[in-house]
This record gives sequence, structure tokens and C-alpha cells, in this order.
Amino acid sequence: MLANKKQMVYVILALIVLALIPTLMPGYKTSIATEILIFAILAMSVDIMAGYTGRTSLCHGAIFGVSTYVVLHYVTVIGGSVWMGALLGVLAAMALTMVFAALAIRTSGVYFILLTLALGMIVWGVCLRWTSVTGGENGIRGSVATEWLLNKQNLYYFTAICFAVVTFGMWKFVNSPFGLTLKGIRDSESRMRTLGYNVPLHLFIGFIVSGFFAGVAGALYAFFNSFVSPSTVALAQSVEGLLMAIVGGVGTLFGAIIGSILIISLENFVSLYTDRWLMIMGFLFIFTMIFAPTGFLGAARNFIKSREKR
Amino acid sequence: MERRNFIKSIGLTVTAGAAPWVNTVQAQTGPIRIGLLSPLTGVLAAGGKELVEGFELYWKQNGLTLAGRQVEIVIEDDGSNPDMALQKARRLVEQRNVHFLMGSVLANTGLAISEYARSSGTPYFIPVVAADELTQRKRVPNIIRVAGYSASQMPRPLAEYAYNVKKVRKIVTISQDYTFGHEQCGGFSQTFSELGGQVIQQFWHPLNTADFSPYMAQLKNAGADAVFAMETGADANRFIKQFRNFGLQGKLPLYGAMNLTDQSVIRTLGEEAGGIISSAHFAEGSDNAATKKFVAEYVEAYGKLPSIYGFSLYSGAMWVAEAIKKINGKVEDKTAFLNAVRSIELTNSPLGRPVKLDSYGNPVYDVFIRETKVRPDGKYWNVPIQTYPGVSQFGKYDPEVYMKQPPYSRDFQGIKKS
Repeated sequence: MLANKKQMVYVILALIVLALIPTLMPGYKTSIATEILIFAILAMSVDIMAGYTGRTSLCHGAIFGVSTYVVLHYVTVIGGSVWMGALLGVLAAMALTMVFAALAIRTSGVYFILLTLALGMIVWGVCLRWTSVTGGENGIRGSVATEWLLNKQNLYYFTAICFAVVTFGMWKFVNSPFGLTLKGIRDSESRMRTLGYNVPLHLFIGFIVSGFFAGVAGALYAFFNSFVSPSTVALAQSVEGLLMAIVGGVGTLFGAIIGSILIISLENFVSLYTDRWLMIMGFLFIFTMIFAPTGFLGAARNFIKSREKR
Repeated sequence: MERRNFIKSIGLTVTAGAAPWVNTVQAQTGPIRIGLLSPLTGVLAAGGKELVEGFELYWKQNGLTLAGRQVEIVIEDDGSNPDMALQKARRLVEQRNVHFLMGSVLANTGLAISEYARSSGTPYFIPVVAADELTQRKRVPNIIRVAGYSASQMPRPLAEYAYNVKKVRKIVTISQDYTFGHEQCGGFSQTFSELGGQVIQQFWHPLNTADFSPYMAQLKNAGADAVFAMETGADANRFIKQFRNFGLQGKLPLYGAMNLTDQSVIRTLGEEAGGIISSAHFAEGSDNAATKKFVAEYVEAYGKLPSIYGFSLYSGAMWVAEAIKKINGKVEDKTAFLNAVRSIELTNSPLGRPVKLDSYGNPVYDVFIRETKVRPDGKYWNVPIQTYPGVSQFGKYDPEVYMKQPPYSRDFQGIKKS
């Protein structure tokens, strides 16, 4: 199952911490923890593309938001069941990703970034103007939580369980032979092609898997926020997900979790003390790029490695 | 050992038992916490800043105590964005434990916060958010439009003025594409078309449009007698400038929502801001003694003429303060507090005339038709040129009949087919 005993210990520790959060940080802080977990899933899905496949994308926010829109629309406007809505949300996210993937996988590097940016903006434009379905600027509001999910603590536990399952899934995925192929494509596409791998197909499937996880995050966000508006699918959302992955460390998967913790904590707690929290966030990014370009987790790993060498 | 443990556990039990009591005692004499949401960043940043200034001016003049309790104001930025507004509203109520929420400017942020207020039962007072629904079809007892107005309330007298006095027969509208815009245009278009006028075309653009050139050409060629423009914040500023740059000022009469000619917009403008006709309950250029006094005090405190945001929050603070005094500071009793707010008749507001809420939670006003004129010092302000008394949010319609028609939206503007 897992590589060695050390990893098992880490996993168990992590699960214990997850379970204890509502007791250690009650009330409003539990909601923040729920938010951190949801965005960690989004950031990790971005990392699958950016870190492991070498294709940095700026459309994951749109995929995330479309899932949220579908869940909220289905439950509040059509009046369907919450779980069906969540399923439809994830499916919609995957369908959208298929469209994006079909258009974008032939490109790479800067072109891939620009193309995904444009595709994300198209989604934003549609959400903004299709007022009869998406509510336009006003968005869609309504509680989509079932009775027992209305309790903030229960919502946290539900999100934590989904988070644990999804993270495990992503971890297995990037360490599977398929995941290793993606890493190979990141390192040298031409070599993979000469070795006989169907690179476009791998990219296509990898993108869809990444979109699936972003869709899961989006559905959870619908439960958490009970509200969606065009800003949920906007470029800023994609950028935030990407920044979380970068700050934590691209290509490390778990770095994205750290990135999510850092950025959301900063947004919520630092802004209590100063209006200039955006500036502090800016400094954080600059600091990370200068002193720890591989991100927090990347730097930590390098540090541990250098210690072990001694 | 045994005894020590026994004493410890008794001590803990007593404290645990006493703790809830300590809280309730504190609640009656602790500070009254007001959560003020305002767009301090984003497209409405200029208005948002003035919202806070107007609010603070009231407390500066009257002190931060009510009925013996301290008043604490917690200000949060809603970023002109409904997602952020919702987050901040949650934070204010759940983390900062405010007793009630006030503020916000944009209708979409107001609607997002209202949804939260509705589900959490927190009182929410909206002196600026003008989304019609909140005091009409979707009204809830704990959301009251204190010292505010509903979007479609103000343009109706303007439509009457344009048709009856200025003999405008064909109009074209341009507006920001969100609820506030839809409702203002709807209010205008319905009245205008029912009088016999023709609404030739309607243009909608997203909030934060930097370039109006695609629209200017169309406005020019639409064949209308006049334009009705609904713009707020930075968009209003840009629209007025570009209207003049395209040579339309003076050629095509411009009628605007009150937000178009609000001080927060025209303060930095010159000649391009002149001659625009709008309608509102507040005109900083009014001759009324109470208004002049308020304007003078505002200028002294902040060095600029008050905008609708400053005025509305000042009156809102006044209203809420009177209600709190009426119930002796017991804001924890939400029902009593809300009833007090509803029953207040504000006699010393800067409008110089008493203001009362209708039975749906929205005030009834005398509406001025205002024109932007230049002052001796070169600045522009809104001067009343006609008054339409006793205008409610339903205009001349019967409330129950009115509420049977669908809410104004892009698809429904109440235009009567002739």
C-alpha cells in the first residue's frame, strides 16, 4: 500500500490532526479550515498538471466554478437532490475539461497558459451574460447542504473525509505508471514519443483526471459557500489555485496543501490586523521566488536532503 | 490528594456552570458591536470610502455611546464583489460577534449578504443597497432599508419629468448589467412607455467597463431624443468623460440615475459633468436649511461635498441610533430592535423633512429632479429644479398589483407595447 513505515506514521499523524481540528479551532476557525481543505484539493489538481505534467494551466478556476454553478443551479433552481447535484457538478467539470483538453493539449509552455487563460475567460463571460441560467452578476444563492451538513462541524468532517480520500487518490495517481509517464512527458516529450508512448492521449487523460479533482473541490465549495457568482470562475480563482501550488512547491502534490494553508490563513488572519494584507501576500510570493523557488515543501525537502548527506 | 482533587473538580464545575451566566451579564452591558460592510476596493471604492466617512461623521458628532453602552464599529471591505461580501459578513457575525450588519453598496453584494442575513437571522440595514426585491417580493423581517431607497423608486418621477415637462418622446437606455441597473431602467422604462413614450433600444454592459466607444456610436445613431444612463462608480466617471469626448454632450440630452451625477463621481470632473438631469431624494445643492447645515458640516470634516453614500450612511446611523435609544440599548432582543427601527420617524435628517418607512420596509420620499450646475468655485453639484412629493417604492401603482408583475431584469423592463 504505502512505501514504508515512515509514510504510514505521517499519514496517521495527518489523519489525527485532521480529526482534531474542530476541537482545537472551534467556531469560525473550523469554517476556515474547511475552506483551506477545499482549496487544497483545487491546488493539488492544478499541481497534477503544472507540476507532474509540466503544463501550467490558468483554467482550473473555471472548471472548479462550473462544478459549483451546476450544483447550485441543480439544487436551487431545478430542485433536485444534493448528491445528484454534486455528481452532476463533477461530471460537468469533467465534460468541460474534455473540451479544454481537446483544444489545448497540442500546445505547451506559454501557449498552453494563454490558451487555458482564454478558455477560462470564455467560461467567465458565459457565466456573466447567461443571466437566465447563472444569475449573471448576482450569481446563484441558496443553501445546498442537507440537514446534517448545515452544522459547521459536520460539514468540516465531511470535507475532511472527502479531502483524505481525494488526496490519497491523487497520490496514487501521480505515483502510478501513468503518473510516471506524465513526469516523463514533462521532462522530455520528444523522448517519450520516440519510446512509443501516445503523448497526446496521456495528456488528454491526465488533464481530465486533474479536472475531475477540481470538480470535486467545486462541488464541496457549493456545500460550503451556498453561493456562486462569476468571480468563482474568474481568472483570479485559477491564479489563486496556481499560486497555492507554486508557493507550496510544484511537483510535490502536498506542497499545494501548504500553499492553501498559507494563503487562506493570510487572507483571513492577517487582514484582521492590517488593510495591507495583499501587500504582505505579495512579499510572501517574492520571498518564495527568491529564497525558495521550489516552494516551501521543495525547500524543506532540499534542506532535509542536505542534512542527511552530512 | 483526594481533597485537592475534590476541590479542583468542584472548582471546575462551578466555573463551568457560572461561565454561561457571566456571558449573559456581560451581554447587557458590553459594547454594541456594529458590522459595517463597504466596498473599500474594486469598482465602487470611491463610494465605499464615503460610506464609511458618512457613517463615522454621525458618531463623531454624537459620541460612541448609546443608552449607556459603548458602540464598537467593525469595518470590513466587501471588495465590490459578492463572494468577498459573503465571506466578510460571515466573519463579522461569527468571529467578531457583531449585533447587526449595515452597509454595502452594490446590489449583488447586498443580495449575497441578505441571503446570509436571512438564514442566520442577523438584522441587516441597507441605507444604500437598492435591490427592489429586498423590500418587495423577497422581503424578510430582519432586512430593513433604513434611510435608503429602492432602485426603481427614483427614476419614475424622472420619466414623468422627461415626458411631461421636457417633451421627450423617444429614449434609449444604457446601463450596467446587474440588478440595480435592470431595476432603475425598468422603473424608468415602464413609466415612460406607459405615458406614451417609446423605448427604442436598451444597452447593457458589465460592471467595470473601461471603454464605452462601442456604445457611444450606437447611442448617437439610435434616433432617440434623449439618453437615460445608469452608471455607478468608476463606470459613471468614464461614461461622462467619454460622452463628451464623442461629441454627444449638448447634442443628446442626458438623463441619469442619481448615481451617475453623484458627488463621488462628478467631484473630479469639469464641464463634462454639467447639464445632466437626474432624480433623487437628496440634492447637495438644495436650499433646505437642514441640508445646507449637513453639507457645511461634511465639508468641514472631510473637505468635500457629500455624496449619496455619505448622506445615506449618516442618516442610517442616525436612524439606527434613535431605534437603539428607544429600546434602551437592548440590541440582543432582535424582535424589539427591529420593531423599533420600523417605527422610527426620522425628523432631524439632513433632508429637512420627516422620513418614514412604508409597511414593506422602504422609506417614502419627496423626490427632486436635479440638474448638475456649476458653483462659483468651479465645482459641480446637483441642484433641485422640481419636486415630486410622496414617492414610494411602488410609485403610482398599488403594491399588491405591482408585485404580481415579474421583478425587473434584462428580459422584463415593464415596457408597454403600444
